[in-house]
Amino acid sequence: MSAWKEFTKGFIKENPTFVLLLGMCPTLGTTTSSINGLSMGLAATVVLICSNCVISLLKNVIPDKVRIPGFIVVIASFVTVVDLVMQAYLPDLYETLGLFIPLIVVNCIILGRAEAFASKNGVLLSAADGLGIGLGFTMSLTILGSVREILGNGSVFGFQFIPENIDKILLFIMPPGAFIALGFLIALVNHIKNRKAA
Amino acid sequence: MADKKKLESSFKNMLIVLAAISLVSALAIGFTYTKTKPAAEKVQLEKSKKALEAVLPAFEKLGDKYEAEGCRLTPAYKGEELVGTAVEAVSNKGFGGDVQILVGFDAEGKIHNTAILSIKETPGLGSNMANPKFKDQVNGKDPENFKLSVKKDGGDVDAITAATISSRAFLDALNKAVAAYRSGKK
Repeated sequence: MSAWKEFTKGFIKENPTFVLLLGMCPTLGTTTSSINGLSMGLAATVVLICSNCVISLLKNVIPDKVRIPGFIVVIASFVTVVDLVMQAYLPDLYETLGLFIPLIVVNCIILGRAEAFASKNGVLLSAADGLGIGLGFTMSLTILGSVREILGNGSVFGFQFIPENIDKILLFIMPPGAFIALGFLIALVNHIKNRKAA
Repeated sequence: MADKKKLESSFKNMLIVLAAISLVSALAIGFTYTKTKPAAEKVQLEKSKKALEAVLPAFEKLGDKYEAEGCRLTPAYKGEELVGTAVEAVSNKGFGGDVQILVGFDAEGKIHNTAILSIKETPGLGSNMANPKFKDQVNGKDPENFKLSVKKDGGDVDAITAATISSRAFLDALNKAVAAYRSGKK
């Protein structure tokens, strides 16, 4: 198992959103536009890499029975630090993203990777795993956000290509649209995977 | 790595490890907080200054803040002449929490401009409150003859598409600001 393999598996093979169906709460809640999806993904990636590294370093020190509380404290601390730093130095980004940052704590991808990967592997592999899964998550959220923004608002990354006065499919910006769009994207990813396997 | 034995799950070990992790985490957060606090405060201050400049007509200096009807009012002067008053108002009728806005009135009592100070509305829906298309509808309007409620409720304001609750919360805060401005006017 090379670091490269751990890195690339996050995009299709073990894509957290479309294949593992993890972290559905932030996925459905925050992807109302492409930029929101991208930002949420990147913020989660930063926390995921940091928490994976620390947890893989601590894996022999934390007794088994209290590993979950231990992981959660580490993850929550990183989220708080990211939150504070962003608030102070990246106020514009914080404006759009501030609401989502605390949500990262409950993102089960991060706890999931800590439990399934970082607590069993070394630092380098864990960092590669965190980066790969994180970017896979970012990619999925950006795609989902773009699909919803295109259909629901006629724009992508804020760039309006369908004039404002033409009615769009507003449903896609609203929560039901998140489920519908996600369903079709999962079907598409499964189709691609099946064709690859055949 | 794998052959290294894990720490045994004895009561003492669990206690020590969890306490140590919590302590280190607390220190890390405390350190970051003190390091980022000056910068965060500066950002906050600049934000409120920018908001005041955005909502008020051109002014030279700000007067002392005062309270009326639970809102904070900031008068603005050009020389000795009062050119406008900014009112900070909060509505708790938002979809995701409090909606805090800043409303600027000109000397005649017309709404000059509004700014959103903090909202927790749904991103992409209620957060469109900050969009000029919605909030600029009230600019230049006199609350005496412009009904500050959404059309669904018999008012003169077009609600944000799919975010009527957020629109109502914005107007609720706006009406509070108007009330505070009227009672606090000197």
